[in-house]
Parts: sequence; C-alpha cells; structure tokens
Amino acid sequence: MQSQPVFNHRWLPWLLLLPQLAITLVFFLWPAAQAVWQSFLMEDAFGLSTEFVWFENFSVLLQDEIYHRSFATTFIFSIGVTALSMGGALLLAVMADQVIRGARVYRTLLVWPYAVAPAVAGVLWMFMFNPSIGILSYLLEQLGYDWNHFLNGDQAMLLVIIAAAWKQISYNFLFFLAGLQAIPRSLIEAAALDGAGPMKRFWTILFPLLSPTSFFLLVINVVYAFFDTFGIIHAVTQGGPGGSTSILVYKVFDDGFNGLDLGSSAAQSVILMAIVGALTVVQFRYIERKVQY
Amino acid sequence: MIENRPLLNLISHLILCLGVLVVAFPIWIAFVASTHAPEALNSGTVPLWPGDRFVLNYAMALGLETGQKTLNVNLISMLGNSLIMALGITIGKLLISMLAAYAIVFFRFRFRMLSFWLIFITLMLPVEVRIMPTFEVVADLGLLNSYSGLILPLIASATATFLFRQFFLTVPHELIEAARMDGAGPIRFFIDILLPLSRTNLAALFVIMFIYGWNQYLWPLLITTDEHYYTVVMSIQRMLAVGDAEVAWHLVMPSTLMAMLPPVLVVILMQRLFIKGLVETEK
Repeated sequence: MQSQPVFNHRWLPWLLLLPQLAITLVFFLWPAAQAVWQSFLMEDAFGLSTEFVWFENFSVLLQDEIYHRSFATTFIFSIGVTALSMGGALLLAVMADQVIRGARVYRTLLVWPYAVAPAVAGVLWMFMFNPSIGILSYLLEQLGYDWNHFLNGDQAMLLVIIAAAWKQISYNFLFFLAGLQAIPRSLIEAAALDGAGPMKRFWTILFPLLSPTSFFLLVINVVYAFFDTFGIIHAVTQGGPGGSTSILVYKVFDDGFNGLDLGSSAAQSVILMAIVGALTVVQFRYIERKVQY
Repeated sequence: MIENRPLLNLISHLILCLGVLVVAFPIWIAFVASTHAPEALNSGTVPLWPGDRFVLNYAMALGLETGQKTLNVNLISMLGNSLIMALGITIGKLLISMLAAYAIVFFRFRFRMLSFWLIFITLMLPVEVRIMPTFEVVADLGLLNSYSGLILPLIASATATFLFRQFFLTVPHELIEAARMDGAGPIRFFIDILLPLSRTNLAALFVIMFIYGWNQYLWPLLITTDEHYYTVVMSIQRMLAVGDAEVAWHLVMPSTLMAMLPPVLVVILMQRLFIKGLVETEK
C-alpha cells in the first residue's frame, strides 16, 4: 500500500484489529454464511424437520409470480425515486449555482431533510395524503381526483416514491452543487462570450461536465431506493395494498418474520447480497477512475 | 457570476424559494397539526395555521400531562434510548474503525491485506439484507432487549475504517521518523500525534454516524419487545397502528417532530462538518 516507515510489533496490530474483526465475523460474515446455508434448506410445514434441497428455494423463487412482481415493483420504485430526487436536486443546484448571492442560505435551507429518518419522512407525507384529513388529498379532491392510498396500489406507490425522493433531494443537491462549483468559470465565460445563452450553456457545458457526479449519484440513489427505504414502506404501506409496494427488502423481512418461510427468505437475502455486491463493484470502478466532483 | 441578467437571477431565486417551500411544507403541516386539538384535526381538513395547544400537546406527548387520550408509550424514555443507541453506535464505530485502520496502515504483519478485505467486504452486507440470520445470532447470544444488542451489530463500519485508512496514508513520513527518533512507541505516537491530527475527521464522521445511528429503524424494531428498550424512530409506526381506532394525530405529530429534531439540529448546527463528512464517506 505504501512504503513509509512503520512500526514492528508482534501482537499489538492484532490487538488493535481484534474489536473490528470480532464484530465483523460475529455479526456480518457468520450471518451472511448462515443465509447462504439456509437458502439451501427447506423446512416442512410444521418446522419439525429440515432438508437439504440444493437450489430448490431459488428455482421456486424464480418461478414465483409474486417475486417477479416484487422485482418489478422495486424497479418502478427505484426509477421513480431516482428520477424525482435527482431531477429536482439538479434543477435547484443549477439555480443555486447561478444566483448572485444567497447560495449558502439556500444550501442550509435544503440540506436538513437528509437527517430525517425514512420512517419519519413516510409518516409526514402519509399525514398530508391521509384520505380523510390530509391537506393534499383534500386539494386533489377539489380537483376532482379521488385519493386513497389504502385502496389504490398506484397511489400507494406514488406516495412512497414522493416520501423517499423528498428525503434524498438534499443529498443529491449537495453533490450537484459541489460538482457545478468545481466547473471552471472560464469555460462558462468563454461560452457566454461566444453568445451561448444559459440554456445552451447548460446542455453543452454544465450537463456533460456533471456526468461523473450524475453517474455517482445514480448508483447511490439506486442503492438508497433498494435498501434504505425499508422504513418508509414499513411505516406507510406495509407493502400493501395487495403487495403493490412490496419492494425486495420488505419482502425478505415479510417472508422471514411474518411468513416464517426461512428458506425462501434466506434465498432472497442471497440474491439481494449479490445485487449489493454488484452495485458496490460498479461504485468502486467509478471511484478508481478518480473523477473529480 | 457570468453575466448580469436580472430576470434570470429573479427566476432562479423564485425557483429556489419554491423548492425550499416544497421541502419545508411537510414539516410546517406537521407542526401546525401538533398545535391543534384532536377535534380540529379529525373534522375534515387539517388547518394551515398553528393552533393554541402547543404546550398542552407536547406535554401530553411527553407524558407530563395526562388527558382523556394519551399515547401508550413513554416518549422520554424512548428519546433517551435513541440517544444511547446513536451515541453508542457512533463512538463504537469511531473507536474500532480508527484502531483497525491504525493497525492496517502503520504496522506490517501477516494477513494484513486479508484483514483489510474481511472488514471491507461488510460494505456489501447491509443489515436489511441479512436480517434473519443476524437476528438469530443476536438471539443466541442473549442480546435481545439490551443496549448491546441495539448497538453492537451496527458498529462494524467499513466506511469509517476506509476513511481513516485514506487519511492515515496522507500523514507525512517525517512525522513518524521524528517520533521514532524521539523514542515514541506505537501507542505514544497514536495518542500524541495521530489523534490530534484526526480531530476534524473524527468530528465530521461523528455527525454522519450520529444521524445513521439515531435513524435506525428495522434493527430496533426486530430485537426489542420490551418497552424499556424502544427507540423513538421505530415507535412512530406503533403509534399509528391503532387498528380501527382514530389515530391521535395531535400527539403523533409532536412525537414525530421530536423524533426528527436531534439529527436535524446536528446537521444544521454542524453544517460544515456534516458536508465534509458526507463528501468524504462517499469518496
């Protein structure tokens, strides 16, 4: 890693590493190995005996309509959250980058939702969309639109997307703003002198130069939508109505703890681990290129 | 500024103000709802302007005042538990990851890279993904319904270790040479030189980890069945799950706002550190 002078000691480095290694082994690697092992087992209906079934849990899963739907749901959810929060954040960041003064004030006013727990964000939006007392559902009703996310799956999906995107806007905003401010002013000035208007400058200079930031945020947002939004789903819709918001992470929990289908839940865990692994690799390849933002 | 276009500047400000309003709107509505009597909330639409029950509602939510309808949870103890969990996770993470990074960067020993990768691989295993088996391990260790159970499984953090490693690698060779020349051993070097140098990094990570710890939801939900260990974020859902009865929104909203206040305050008051931490943990 580097060739600087170092200390030589026989047991001290192990002592220093011990706490982290112990916790990693006990709470991370051992459970992950358990998940893999369990995904090859199947319990009978009464939980009395278990049988080693190779890949049967996986093949059952992959043929399961409900699991397919959960995948589709997760995709729609992630695309919605990513598009909404990145689009909104990019618009605000571009505006904040070009105002003459006040960019810092706007930053302060926009960063705090990052600190709101997903479950709390969900409750705040659920309250506003409450079919009987919510302010937004009332407004929609005035416009002749009937809102009830307890019954309508599409509306429930929209609600969780909005709540999840709301919380993530501040994160995207910070990174877009930093990315914009890192673009050399001289480039933009040169374009302005050549007669390019603000719109043209955005599409031909700012937007292409932001692509490393955008790509990085894309990965981060997908990871967020896949794994960190459990609280929103659990607090707001419980995966309902009729499984219409049951994203993959929620389904692992639901099948494991409520359905008590351990083999299937473990197999789903393994599939999810593979997805996180793939996303982490993508993220790291990006970092290795050392793009500035 | 590139060019002076007053109209463009005005439009930018308008869009930003609109954005700020949209982002703040849910909080405003929640705050308004937290200051009204239950009748005002359940009779049609939520009002848009604060009512006069601010003190009463918050006192009732905190259990300082009892009314005909109070929450069957103890908010003060839950806020305390959240604080213990958040601080436990934060301090634990900083401590173990700093020590581990120190060993990896400043010592040469067998299996050094293996240890690094073992720690690093945990990035790929968020709690949400391996819930069932982790729950079983914690149950087997008898850590259900305990602070250790709330804290320990969440404190292994590859991100913090990685960040400290990156930072330690930038420490100039001359410092280590000089320290060794003066006869300082590894422990002395750590305490007298490395620790003071890492102050800003520690503070920035502290902010990020505190938010992470405070906002934990799934884990406390799973491993606590004893009310004494409930944390505030996980309990919001419990306040809403009242079956067919009407939700006591005038008490849920004060609780919700109090649950989000500590991390939000940390972000706003320590904004510079927060942004530093955020940018560096993702690098």
